[in-house]
Amino acid sequence: MKTKILLAAATAGVMFAGSVLASTLDDVRARGKLNCIINTGLAGFAAPDDKGKWTGFDVDFCRAVAAATLGDADKVNYTTATGKTRFTKLAAGEGEILSRNTTWTFSRDVDLSQTFVGVSYYDGQGFMVPKALGVKSAKGLDGASVCIQTGTTTELNLAEFFAGNGMKYNPVPIETNAEAQELYKAGRCDVYTTDASGLYATMSSFDKPGDHMVLPEIVSKEPLGPVVRHGDDQWADIVAWTLRAMMAGEELNITSSNVKSLAAKDNKNKEINRLLGKDPLQGLSKLGLSADWAVQVISQVGNYEEVFEKNLGMSTPLKIARGANQLYKDGGLFYIPPIK
Amino acid sequence: MSLETYKPGSYPNLPPPAGTVGVYGWLKNNLFSSVSNSLLTILSVILLYYLIDSIIGWFFFDAVFDADSKIECRKINDGACWAVITRRVGQFVYGFYPEAERWRIDLTFYTMFFAFAPLLYPDLPKRKWLLWFSGIYPIFAFILINGGFFGLPKIEYSLFGGFMLTVILGVSGIVCSLPIGILLALGRQSKLTVVRTLSVCFIEFMRGVPLITLLFVASSMLNYFMPPGTNFSILVRVIIMFTFFSAAYIAEVIRGGIQAIPKGQYEAADALGLNYWQTTRFITLPQALKISIPGIVNTFIGLYKDTTLVVVIGLLDPLGIGRAALADTKWNGLSTETYLFVALFFFVSCFAMSRYSLWLENKLNTENK
Repeated sequence: MKTKILLAAATAGVMFAGSVLASTLDDVRARGKLNCIINTGLAGFAAPDDKGKWTGFDVDFCRAVAAATLGDADKVNYTTATGKTRFTKLAAGEGEILSRNTTWTFSRDVDLSQTFVGVSYYDGQGFMVPKALGVKSAKGLDGASVCIQTGTTTELNLAEFFAGNGMKYNPVPIETNAEAQELYKAGRCDVYTTDASGLYATMSSFDKPGDHMVLPEIVSKEPLGPVVRHGDDQWADIVAWTLRAMMAGEELNITSSNVKSLAAKDNKNKEINRLLGKDPLQGLSKLGLSADWAVQVISQVGNYEEVFEKNLGMSTPLKIARGANQLYKDGGLFYIPPIK
Repeated sequence: MSLETYKPGSYPNLPPPAGTVGVYGWLKNNLFSSVSNSLLTILSVILLYYLIDSIIGWFFFDAVFDADSKIECRKINDGACWAVITRRVGQFVYGFYPEAERWRIDLTFYTMFFAFAPLLYPDLPKRKWLLWFSGIYPIFAFILINGGFFGLPKIEYSLFGGFMLTVILGVSGIVCSLPIGILLALGRQSKLTVVRTLSVCFIEFMRGVPLITLLFVASSMLNYFMPPGTNFSILVRVIIMFTFFSAAYIAEVIRGGIQAIPKGQYEAADALGLNYWQTTRFITLPQALKISIPGIVNTFIGLYKDTTLVVVIGLLDPLGIGRAALADTKWNGLSTETYLFVALFFFVSCFAMSRYSLWLENKLNTENK
């Protein structure tokens, strides 16, 4: 009996201790560093360079949040996580942000008690073929042999796509991306299918990338974005608006090179003034951010376009086109709420 | 032809007929004993020549040892592109440990030999003094690697990686699991029911669960049992799991050794009036451990290689560092070079362990075989 009471008391104590923890922002500020959970290595999204510095699209987002909250984009501790451990690491408090090309789905959002704050990259499953195959559309892949990672959602998507179009295919099951590269190069399969960003990464590793192409059809929805824990709305807002500030930067033509001069003068476009702290932005203090937060983000990390082009765009070996990942006015899917 | 006669039993040993000994004889017997065998030999030599020529060429003569990216490598030559290794050797060895602090890892590593030497080589001079150092070495190593004391900056565990991580995990797992394993083996043989039952339960549970499951428990489940905010390093959690896992195997290996000791040994001990601990200390363990050396080292090598499994919980051991290097668009696609390099590292360390075990077996072989 006594032990039971003790146990109950201990549990209550633990729960109480949990509820009086300081806000995430206070934690980050007290530590002076942002803990960010990233991929163990994915071309263009997160990879260490030769000096051991993490770079990539997901990494730059961590840096942006650090710039907004701490004023210094370099104050980030990176913790690597695999697909299986990422959510528990976030839940356990090993990081404040999960920025690891994570697909936003219902059950992950609701069942796992996490908050997806937005979409930073619209991915989707695609098909890569050698140009010599002469296929211009995925609809022409009837009877093809397809390299496919077993046990993933891509397997299901593939089956649905082919069945839906009344076509047949020959699955060549593989375990890892590296294995797929070898089999595809050796011609064991005509088609390799996985997320389009992964296809571009694979293609860039070939000796002659120009001999291959990614077909235009995208057969699944993979909206990727940063994730935070449920329960701290202030922190979720900070992360969400950091992402939006980067997109707003592109929309308003604010770049890392001109942001300082734009912030110093009075612009005709009042939205620029509000974003860069010239005119007061109602409620900014509730976020706990300083007036120049967006200036810090864009000057140290860049706007969305700069980050995309630096890590994934045409100047990189990946050569990923913007596609759905542009502003709505350019024909993409990013439509951000007004900064008012 | 003169025929000499000899007395029975005094016929001298004549040299074997020419052509059956020496290089010529060996070649004739083994490679060119018939026409078809000769053909096969010549064919094999030609085949081997081309194979080795291209392999050596790929490894050394056509290989590129320094370049800025894979594309540059390919421009220079078409062999292996070792630049991915040479450019990142620091990362492969130290992970993301800050460059200015890497001397701490070096120091820990080199002093490790002084700490281990008196344990591994019984007839070392000044062994007693060195043993003192072995005793305090774990604390010494912890302070050096982790920092936070004596003005050494604290290093986040998330920066640990590469071979250093393998050695930390492997060595601490090996060092901690041997004593625990011995205790478990003795416990399993114990006459005390509680001790025996607990030992059996522990051993059977640990052996019945895959290591990867234990690692997931270490990385995720343990967090749920702790109050929020306590964050004791995942490295410690993983080391504990490795230790428990290999302790269970060690226990069974040693139990085998204990059971191999003839009953007469115990009876002799009893006759001499030795109590349980004396029997264990002077009779059971020296013999049991000697018998189980191959098994113990086998388990250790297994444990050492199993450290690569930490990749699945997001720790960057050499394999993880290699994969991360391949994710860099500059080096994407050089998987052969990367994996070969990691394999070489593991082979060298495991081979050294197995050689040591052979040496120890021979040294302790006082046996009346």
